[in-house]
Amino acid sequence: MSRLLEATNLNAAYLTPEGREVKAVDDVSLYIDEGEILGCAGESGCGKSTLGNVLALTARPPLYPISGRITIDGQTISLDRENKVPRTWRGEVVSMLPQGALNSLSPTARIRNLVGDVMKAHDAKMGKDEALDRARDRMKELGLPPRALDAYPHELSGGMKQRVITVISTLLNPKLLIADEPTSALDVSSQRALVEMLREMLNQGIMKGVIFVTHDLPLLKSISDRIAVMYAGQIVEVASAETIADNARHPYSTALLNAVLAPEPDTLVKRVEGIRGAPPSLAKPPSGCRFHPRCGLVMDICSAKQPAPVGTDLEFACCHWTAQHPDQVIRVEDVLARNDEVEE
Amino acid sequence: MAALLKANNIQKTFGHGKNAVHAVKGATFELEEGTITAVVGESGSGKSTLARLVLGLLPSTGGTLEFDGRDVTKLSFMESQRYWRDVQAVFQDPFSAFNQFFTVQRLLGRSMKLIEDKKEATERMHEALGHVGFEASDVLKKHPHELSGGQRQRIMIARALMMRPKLLLADEATSMLDASLRVNVLNVLRDLRDNLGTTVMIITHDIGQACYVAEQMLVMEKGDMVEQGSSKEVVFNPQHTYTKQLLADVPKLHGELGEMVH
Ligand SMILES: Nc1ncnc2c1ncn2[C@@H]1O[C@H](COP(=O)(O)OP(=O)(O)OP(=O)(O)O)[C@@H](O)[C@H]1O
Ligand SMILES: Nc1ncnc2c1ncn2[C@@H]1O[C@H](COP(=O)(O)OP(=O)(O)O)[C@@H](O)[C@H]1O
Ligand code: SF4
Ligand SMILES: [Mg+2]
Ligand SMILES: [Mg+2]
Repeated sequence: MSRLLEATNLNAAYLTPEGREVKAVDDVSLYIDEGEILGCAGESGCGKSTLGNVLALTARPPLYPISGRITIDGQTISLDRENKVPRTWRGEVVSMLPQGALNSLSPTARIRNLVGDVMKAHDAKMGKDEALDRARDRMKELGLPPRALDAYPHELSGGMKQRVITVISTLLNPKLLIADEPTSALDVSSQRALVEMLREMLNQGIMKGVIFVTHDLPLLKSISDRIAVMYAGQIVEVASAETIADNARHPYSTALLNAVLAPEPDTLVKRVEGIRGAPPSLAKPPSGCRFHPRCGLVMDICSAKQPAPVGTDLEFACCHWTAQHPDQVIRVEDVLARNDEVEE
Repeated sequence: MAALLKANNIQKTFGHGKNAVHAVKGATFELEEGTITAVVGESGSGKSTLARLVLGLLPSTGGTLEFDGRDVTKLSFMESQRYWRDVQAVFQDPFSAFNQFFTVQRLLGRSMKLIEDKKEATERMHEALGHVGFEASDVLKKHPHELSGGQRQRIMIARALMMRPKLLLADEATSMLDASLRVNVLNVLRDLRDNLGTTVMIITHDIGQACYVAEQMLVMEKGDMVEQGSSKEVVFNPQHTYTKQLLADVPKLHGELGEMVH
C-alpha cells in the first residue's frame, strides 16, 4: 500500500492578544495510507480542529503554523510562519469540511449559488453546469430532496445543511478530505448515508483518504480504519479502530471510550461517569505526561518525563504505564480512581 | 402522576399550497411530571419544530397544547411571558449563544432582570450554578473563551434553571460535546429530575443518550409521531418499521452485536 499523507513534526500555535504563543499542535506526526479513513477523537479543546487546519493549510490568524513537513500524494510542503500555499492545494489536494460550517452559510444565497462560488474561487476546469450536475447527483445520493439546490439555508434543517456542505466541499474531488464533525447534526440513518458516500468516493478513487473528526465514538469506530486519540495538542495513541474500542493502550483512550452510551439494556439503569476535570490550558501544559493530573494510573515518572511512543508509525501509544505493563489490560476503574479528588 | 404537558394532535405546516412543508403532522403525547422524555428521529423529521411549538416560539397550525391544566395553544403577550418562565430551553450550539465580551455574570444577569426581588435573583443564580456543579465564585468572572464547550453548556443550563422552570427542553444540547462532557451534562439532567422533580424533554438523534436519560421516548418520522412508549419498550421491543431501522443503523462500539465487554 502506498502512503497518501506523511506529516512529520508539525507545530502550530495561537498568538494571544498579549503576544504569547500557545502551542496547540505540539510535535505531531501522522501517516495515512491510500484508501484509509483515519478517525480522530479527543475531548473538546484537545486540538483536533487546529490540527485539521494545519494539515489543510487553512490556518488563519491568530493560528500560525511554526514548523513541520507535509507530503500528500507526492507533493511536499514545509511549514513556516509565512504560510504560503500553492494555489491548487486547497480544495484539490486537501479539502477541509470545517466544524460549524452549518452556521456559516450565507443566509441570502441559494445553495446553487454556493456551488458556483466554489467553482469561481478555485478557478476550476469544470464548467458550472457540470458542477451543478455533480452536486445534484451527490445530493440525491445523500437523500436530499431536489428542492435543496434551490433552497435558502434557513429553509433546510440542520442535518440537511450538513449534507449540503459535505457535497460542496468534495466537489473538486480532493485527494485528502478532512471532515471536522460533519455528522453532529445528523441522525444515524443520514450519518450512515454520508459515511457510505465517503467510502464510495474512496473506492472509486475520487478521493484517496479521509480524516474524520467526531465525538461520536461508535460512529468513529464503524467508519475508521485507524483512530488517532488527541490530548492537549498531542497524539497520545493511534491504533486500529478495534484496538481502540476494545483494548486501548492509553488510559485516556480507555476513559474516553468508557463514557460512550449505547442503546443497551444496562444503559437504562446504570450511571456512567465522565473524566473529571478538563484538559489543561495549553498555555501551561502539565510536565511529563500531560494527562497525569487526571490519571488514576499515574506513577512518579509520569510528571517527570514525557512518555515516548511505543509501537510503529501507524500504531503507537505514549504512556509509561503501558510501556511497563505491555501485557496488562487497562482497567477503567483504575483510570477513573481519582475522579473524587480531581477538581472540576 | 399527573401530566405536565398534553399535546393533542398538534400540527405545524410551513408555507402554503404547492410549497407547503408539513413539519409536524399531528402529534399527540403527554409529558408526565418529574420524568424525562426523549424525542428521536432522523434529521428533518420535525423534532426541532415540535420543540418550538412546545416552547410557544411558533404558532401551531392545528391541535391543542395544555400545560399544567391551562390551555396554552394560543397565548396573549402577557400569558406568554408567564409561560416562558415555566418553560425554559437549552439549544444545540453552546458557542453561539455567548457574547464574546460578556462575562458569565453579565450573561446570567440578563435573566436575573426577569426576577423582581434582587436578593432572590442572586440566590437563585448561586443555586442554579450549584445544580450544574459550579462554584459561583470560580466562574462568574470568566469570559466564554475561558470555558470549555461542556462548561458553556452547563452555564446555559444554569441560566435556564434560574427561572425554576417546570419544564426544561434541551434540543440537541449535548450533540456537540465530547463523550465525557456529554455524560456529565446528562447526569445533571438526571439529577435535576431526581432532586428537583424537573420535567425534561430532550431532542436528540442519539438513541444511546436517549436510553441513558429518558424513561419515555417519542419517535418522529417525516412529521409523524410513529411510535411512543417507555424507553425500554421502544428500544428493546420496537413496533414500527421506522424505529427498527433507526435502531439497526446505530453504530456499535463493541463487536457486531454491540455487547459491552468490560
Ligand atoms: N482563535 C483562537 N485563539 C486562541 N486559542 C484558540 C483559538 N482557537 C482555538 N484555540 C485553542 O486551541 C486549542 C485547541 O482547539 P481546537 O478547536 O483545535 O479543539 P478541538 O479538539 O477541535 O475541540 P472541539 O472538540 O471542541 O471541536 C484549545 O485550547 C483552544 O482553546
Ligand atoms: N422556517 C421554516 N420555513 C420552512 N420550512 C421549515 C422551517 N423550519 C423548518 N422547516 C422544515 O420543516 C421540516 C422539519 O424541520 P426540523 O423541525 O428542523 O427537523 P429536525 O429538528 O427533526 O431535524 C424540514 O423539512 C425543514 O426543512
Ligand atoms: S500512566 Fe502515566 S504516562 Fe500513562 S497516561 Fe497515566 S499519567 Fe500518563
Ligand atoms: Mg473542533
Ligand atoms: Mg433539529
